Amino acid sequence: MSVDKKTILNAVHREMGARMVPFGGWDMPVNYGSQIDEHHAVRTDAGMFDVCHMTVVDLEGKRVREFLSTLLANDVAKLTMPGKALYSCMLKPDGGVIDDLIVYFMSEEWFRMVVNAGTTEKDIAWMQEQASDFEVGVKPRFDLGMIAVQGPHARAKAMGVMTPELAAAAAELKPFSAATDGRWFVGRTGYTGEDGFEIVLPEDETEKLWRDLAVAGVKPCGLGARDTLRLEAGMNLYGSDMDETISPLEAGLGWTVAMADGRDFIGRAALQAQKGAGGLRKFIAVVLEGRGVLRGHQKLFDGEREVGEITSGGFSPTLERSIAMARVAGDASDELSVDIRGKKLPLKKVKMPFVRNGQAQIEL
Amino acid sequence: MSNIPSELKYTESHEWIRDEGDGSVTIGITDHAQEALGDLVFVELPEVGSSFDQGEDAAVVESVKAASDVYSPLSGEVVEANEILADAPETINEHPYEDGWIYKLKLADVDELNGLMDADAYAEHCENEEH
Repeated sequence: MSVDKKTILNAVHREMGARMVPFGGWDMPVNYGSQIDEHHAVRTDAGMFDVCHMTVVDLEGKRVREFLSTLLANDVAKLTMPGKALYSCMLKPDGGVIDDLIVYFMSEEWFRMVVNAGTTEKDIAWMQEQASDFEVGVKPRFDLGMIAVQGPHARAKAMGVMTPELAAAAAELKPFSAATDGRWFVGRTGYTGEDGFEIVLPEDETEKLWRDLAVAGVKPCGLGARDTLRLEAGMNLYGSDMDETISPLEAGLGWTVAMADGRDFIGRAALQAQKGAGGLRKFIAVVLEGRGVLRGHQKLFDGEREVGEITSGGFSPTLERSIAMARVAGDASDELSVDIRGKKLPLKKVKMPFVRNGQAQIEL
Repeated sequence: MSNIPSELKYTESHEWIRDEGDGSVTIGITDHAQEALGDLVFVELPEVGSSFDQGEDAAVVESVKAASDVYSPLSGEVVEANEILADAPETINEHPYEDGWIYKLKLADVDELNGLMDADAYAEHCENEEH
């Protein structure tokens, strides 16, 4: 029998009334009562998420930029200012997605990466294998905890529990960049479509930060709200929207693949061949016009023809409609329907994101 | 511990049944079930006039997490469905045993009632499921 791993905050979640569920080998809070209330708290005020199960990886060495230029589909040459972050896929030679991640440029000899929980082992193994040619150290930081604080009031509330020096640095951060005081690392990043911080800190200080944030009025939120928030924000979920069998070009991630220059990154040749061959599937956003709930793996139809399926879907608390991301044949029309328990219900194709900074981005 | 009213009957699949004493019953899902499902966002109601055998799928409740079938605990014909739930599925979260009822059934065989669990048996069933 396998036992799910526990983050340093496990006991605090239980104390705060969390309903715990297994998630990717971890015992995590899915909600603390109402997932919908937690969702709204992030859209209108401030919520926090235990993301200690995700892995911080420090990459160190003189040739670390050159290494990442080969390893990642997005181009780290875009990172010119220390602290700046980049979202990228890490591909297999055949173009399948090993993981999606964020990499922060801290100095020419130190980049910091945050990778998904469920993919950590294979990510580390893959990076270590690639890194040996570049004399780059790949160091998973299992000694660090991480809390995401998200929402329109998240930054103000989080800065209130930082040291004055770090709060001052955090206040100056532009979106998608980070600052550190040597102990805590604060990135103005997230996975909700709202402003906020992701705070990386020594594991033994993590519980105090969680409690201090709760006192400051930041609502504890579970993985349930995290999923509906990221879905509304049009952000992909690894393992649902893409995986090792899916090209980023068929997962709406073409914008993260930097092909314009001649840079030779792992997977480039495969993606070029895919582009040349054509016939790629489209990654689209849809809204269910009537009642019902869209879920992953429901089949989509263009008339009588099955054209694809939902990769992730659910009920949007902000829009009070069902929304989904789906992958369909490249030649599918925009007149789509979804099969829910044997009934075909009409869908409306829309542009992602569905919601950003508390505001609906689509016409209902 | 969830609320389990003593006057109701129950099934292993977490439906509750209220015997109306006139050959009909009211059916819903238990407090334990709504809590496990989380916030409900959609209920597919059975059509009035349709008939079900005991154990057949009669309705679907969908929460933010998952879709779940509601099995007909008894055989009979649907005489009423709770239309309030179409607009306000969260009523089941708020009042699972009162305003959150799902449908009413005219029983085909009143004796089937004897096969249902009482509150004590259901409480024990919930406890065993958690282990």
